[in-house]
Amino acid sequence: MAYFEMTKTAIKTLLSTPATILYPAQPAKKTALSRGHVTIDESRCISCGTCQRKCPSQAIVVSREAKTWQIDRLRCVVCNSCVDTCPVKCLFMDTQYSSPVIARSVELIAITYVKPVKPEKKDEASA
Amino acid sequence: MTKQIIVPFGPQHPVLPEPIHLDLVLEDERVVDAIPSIGYIHRGFEKLVEKREYPEYVYIAERTCGICSFIHGATYCQGIEQIMNLEVPERAQYLRVIWSEYSRMHSHLLWMGLFADSFGFENLFMNAFRIRERILDVMEQTTGGRVIQGSCKIGGVRRDISNEKLDEMHRDLDSIEREIRDLTTVFLQDDSIKHRLRNVGRLSKEDAYHLGASGPTARGSGVAIDLRKTGYGAYGNLNFQLVTDSCGDCYGRCAVRAKELFTSIDLIRQAIQKIPDGPVDIKVTGVPNGEFFARAEQPRGELVHYIKGNGTKFLVRSRIRTPTLTNIPPLVRMLQGCELADVPVIVLSIDPCISCTER
Repeated sequence: MAYFEMTKTAIKTLLSTPATILYPAQPAKKTALSRGHVTIDESRCISCGTCQRKCPSQAIVVSREAKTWQIDRLRCVVCNSCVDTCPVKCLFMDTQYSSPVIARSVELIAITYVKPVKPEKKDEASA
Repeated sequence: MTKQIIVPFGPQHPVLPEPIHLDLVLEDERVVDAIPSIGYIHRGFEKLVEKREYPEYVYIAERTCGICSFIHGATYCQGIEQIMNLEVPERAQYLRVIWSEYSRMHSHLLWMGLFADSFGFENLFMNAFRIRERILDVMEQTTGGRVIQGSCKIGGVRRDISNEKLDEMHRDLDSIEREIRDLTTVFLQDDSIKHRLRNVGRLSKEDAYHLGASGPTARGSGVAIDLRKTGYGAYGNLNFQLVTDSCGDCYGRCAVRAKELFTSIDLIRQAIQKIPDGPVDIKVTGVPNGEFFARAEQPRGELVHYIKGNGTKFLVRSRIRTPTLTNIPPLVRMLQGCELADVPVIVLSIDPCISCTER
């Protein structure tokens, strides 16, 4: 008769620390690779729109004219596709989840990148 | 003749993780027939294939299911790779096996927890979930996602696992195996559990075969079908014993899953020992033109992804046939003749994943 198969596990559990953590008093487990939310370095973004095209959930809108980068956090599925495909590597994956919200809104970020002015070769040649 | 009454079961029911509806035809307390209906969580994933480029559809294919997500992504990639004649690097194939087997372990542990809950053993449910958490931790450390790994892509995998991390995973498997052994001993040896599961929801070998059961539901009835034996990916280079059970009842299906946990551990160990060094992906150019049925073994059974491309960036058709769909006719057969009180246990014993089924 095997009625007390669980006893071994029960005693072990009793003598060990709890398997759960006291969140939010203790921070949640995170690893270096954890996908939390996407962040942007607006000073490096060249407004190419690759992230918008490669986004499977269409959460990102890049406007070249208005120089804005916009993300809908509730649409974003945190797949890392934009971070992988960004040609200038200005997008990053933060390990913290985006904070909870009570209404749907989009996050609008102004791009501050300024295209470096190329020195005019013609003038130099003429001079 | 006794008067027949119909009792609805689901779509919302304490025991069901996902919505499936069954109309149970009862004569007194005995179920004489069950009429299943699905359609509560259709999300239109297959139509989306026309709107997203084929490399981006991997993320969508992966989100078909919240449990066996990695295998969905990998199967879709296999299909595209076959159409485009891509040679996937060997290291990537081994990594896919490692992640697939970790997925299988976490799926089986989740099922064992829910199953314990369905027959009223709450402690065992908590215990199964505690062990599952360790597997999810490994997933997060290696891919960045707990349940949606997102590490598969066409032509390989998106992330490599360093050899040091692989060694660490290999060492950790020993203690995970010990914990799982304690857990499965309770499931398979405890008399009160045996009493609850023996001779409940019996499915004969012939019925299992003719009604198209797949995965542990078929193997629990003694039908030796496992797609991993066909040797897709790196499975051809690994040795493993196919787990079957001749009982054909809920206990048999539980025993198959319990023993498969050890098969998965063994497969991961072999894969870590044999994994070669080298690149993990290849550059993919061109567009898929053609059609292919990609098949793989999911924790619940055989998964089929039908993919058709017409030479553009957008696929024409994607069709996903999941194992739960084929396991519903055997479920109806199991329910015929059972007691009403056994219905929750029998329904859970096929490991229903309705979100996959409806996509």
